[in-house]
Amino acid sequence: MDTIFREYRPSDAERSDRSAGDRLRHRQKVRESIRDNIADIIAEESIIGKDRDRVIKVPLRGIKEYRFVFGDNAGGAGQGEGDTQEGQVVGKAGQQPGKGDDMAGDRPGVDYYETEVTLEELIEIMFEDLELPNLERRALREVLSERSSKRKGYRHVGIRVRLDKRRTAKQRVMRMLAAGRGPRQMAEAAALEGNVADERRFPFHKDDLRYKHIEIDTREESNAVVICIMDTSGSMDTMKKYLARSFFFLLYQFVSTRYRNVEIVFIAHHTEAREVTEEEFFHKGESGGTFISSGYQKALEIIAERYHPSLWNVYAFHCSDGDNFESDNPAALKAAEELANLCNLFGYGEIKPLGSRYYESSMLNVFRRIQNPNFHTVLIERKEDIWPSFKAFLAKERAQQD
Amino acid sequence: MAKHEIKDLVEWDKRIREKAAEFGLDCFPQEFEICDHSQMLGYMAYSGMPSHYPHWSYGKSYEKLKTLYDHGVSGLPYEMVINSNPAIAYLMRDNTLLLQILTIAHVYGHNDFFKNNFTYRTTRPELTIETFKAHAMRVRRYIEDPSIGLEKIEHVLDAAHALEWQCRRNLAIRKIDRAEQIDRAVEAAHPREDPFKKIHARPEYKEPDLRKVPLEPDEDVLLFIRDHNPYLAEWEKDLLTIVDEEAKYFLPMMETKIMNEGWASYWHHRILESLELDQGLHLEFIIRHNQVVRPIPGQINPYHLGFKLWQDIYRRWTNPTREEVKRDGPPNKSGAEKIFEVREVERDASFIRRYLTEELMREMDLFEYEQRGDEYVVSKVSDEEGWRKVKETLIKNVGANSIPVIKVEDADFGQNRTLYLKHHHDGRDLHLEYAEKTMSYLQRLWGREVVLETSLDGKRSLLCSNDRGFSVRTLK
Repeated sequence: MDTIFREYRPSDAERSDRSAGDRLRHRQKVRESIRDNIADIIAEESIIGKDRDRVIKVPLRGIKEYRFVFGDNAGGAGQGEGDTQEGQVVGKAGQQPGKGDDMAGDRPGVDYYETEVTLEELIEIMFEDLELPNLERRALREVLSERSSKRKGYRHVGIRVRLDKRRTAKQRVMRMLAAGRGPRQMAEAAALEGNVADERRFPFHKDDLRYKHIEIDTREESNAVVICIMDTSGSMDTMKKYLARSFFFLLYQFVSTRYRNVEIVFIAHHTEAREVTEEEFFHKGESGGTFISSGYQKALEIIAERYHPSLWNVYAFHCSDGDNFESDNPAALKAAEELANLCNLFGYGEIKPLGSRYYESSMLNVFRRIQNPNFHTVLIERKEDIWPSFKAFLAKERAQQD
Repeated sequence: MAKHEIKDLVEWDKRIREKAAEFGLDCFPQEFEICDHSQMLGYMAYSGMPSHYPHWSYGKSYEKLKTLYDHGVSGLPYEMVINSNPAIAYLMRDNTLLLQILTIAHVYGHNDFFKNNFTYRTTRPELTIETFKAHAMRVRRYIEDPSIGLEKIEHVLDAAHALEWQCRRNLAIRKIDRAEQIDRAVEAAHPREDPFKKIHARPEYKEPDLRKVPLEPDEDVLLFIRDHNPYLAEWEKDLLTIVDEEAKYFLPMMETKIMNEGWASYWHHRILESLELDQGLHLEFIIRHNQVVRPIPGQINPYHLGFKLWQDIYRRWTNPTREEVKRDGPPNKSGAEKIFEVREVERDASFIRRYLTEELMREMDLFEYEQRGDEYVVSKVSDEEGWRKVKETLIKNVGANSIPVIKVEDADFGQNRTLYLKHHHDGRDLHLEYAEKTMSYLQRLWGREVVLETSLDGKRSLLCSNDRGFSVRTLK
């Protein structure tokens, strides 16, 4: 029997994307996996405060294909380059020894699979899970920001400068053919009937004219400001700051997905408050006691000065370890109430790494008296708490709208 | 198509086939299909099958292949052959003429191997395409069935895929049915005929427990579950059957990877050497051939090892050295006869055990490595005292030997339908994280508690997976 050669058919190439369905399903699984592990992922130091376009690596645990395989003590065989000696190191655990494409494929390490997602995508996946509330954007807080014009289709009427000559000419040709006056038809007619030269003229008609249509797009700008207030007193150690930072990061990213124009303000306070840069905010330690009210007063000042609530959606969040001077509590309470009235959402996060909670005072009890639905408190004890607390914080806003 | 036409290929194919026949290769009829890189990626994701049932893992494999390809980490194979009758092979459209020639010759090597190696006897190549197509149609029908749907199908397929290689390893050995097992058990329990029974104490007759399921440990885990879990729906059983049939189809390829690739490389080499290529083509041939069979430092390249072994066998039976004659005796058949015999009756493990010599191992600088801390460290090299150990390790890592042997011992352990399995430990522990997940899949299919006896760090241990989760218990 003769060998059969089947020629290449490019049309096949288009049709033969048969893995499309399985790829889609796989990608859904990847997303699910990211969502399941989001609490771990967002608490990874590496992503906090990074660029949005940055590609980060997310290890995916959910979509490994598990089987019974041998573990670490299995060993293997390999080929050397001629003078391999006992004791020589040939590779790192978790990777196939040597370089080049792997053959075994049955090692657990090989199936370990990392996917690359941009921070942007990650945030999208994160927030898609939240069934986002349509954040209240008070009409007054929207500012007409931009006018852009975009071409969109063609019209029969319009102004002269937008006449599309090419399309118009085409229309004429079409009409000419439809009327039986095309060049070939004319030539045939000429052959039959002799000279019909004076019939050649076929002027443009009003119906031929085509104008480009331009749509003017006005976009409404929505402004939001995120006010991060943090206690930088002596008792706030690195771990606490790190937890706070994760929370601020989420809040900022979240607000950024909702509003076009987002500004961020950092307020650091101990017994008095200052507006600081991001760098200072997270890295500069201070010492001494704590007047929480000072931070709130500063926030109120800044709002009054620069972010009038009629133009800005204000999100404020305060992180502290709750170690406030007793005498400041009434003032703090009053300022918090005031802030809650101005803000879309105002939150207080108490950061108490496990174990420290029992011998330190807490503001949670004090703030319990605030009735304003805009106000929400969370308790963060370890990094796994960040995501659930954040969700709870947003749920507040959702509830508020219902 | 780049520079060459189908009619060139037909011409070359004719010459190659003549040569192949002259050398004694015995092939199925062959079909070639020219495809581009995206089609090739598609075929690779589905093991070359023109139709295959859908599952997300193939999407994953496509994405992975494509990523590697797009980033230039790995190229695409020049060809892909599937074991069917007629054999179907895909040729990359962008290959140069020489690559197509080399590939065609290579494909005939595989083709001959598929047709003649004993491990492939059970694969029914004339039905391959239809079988996979039927599987695809059945799975799609279940997915479309509103009472089943994709989620449930995946639920079962995920679990079945995890266990697909826990199947029978040697398909050439007939599976004994229960009636025969009963006979065997009764037979074994009977005292032997004793010529001295007058003076010997009478041996006891121990009644065999014939209610036990299975009577003999069963390595066919997936099918065992199919046949012994009464709560599985028909479609679930069918899915297990499908996964098992595919595993059994692919098992021979896993079992003969080194032999098969080596054989194909050996033959493309000999055929192209005999074709009297012009100088340009010949030069390219040498370059390409060496790329294919190059050693990969730190690993085992099956093309390289296989090619070396076949060449060495041919040489030893054609032109042995004096020491070899002294050690093994003079060859009893010609080199050609020998290699054809070997390609029929061996699989990778036996091929290496019988034919990989100390000299060749030393020449190839094969070594054994183990994990120390987080590094792989060479633990034995192919010197006088180490080569046996290296060879043993190599054998442990080829074919189905790279899959732990796990057998069902009891389907009604503790009289509560717990499935008791035993890992036949050969010095290599199970990877615990993987075992945990796989056990949960087992439990999913079995529907009740699952217990696996194994050995961890030298201690007998029980891995249990039940509704309360996974636990490890060390036995005394």
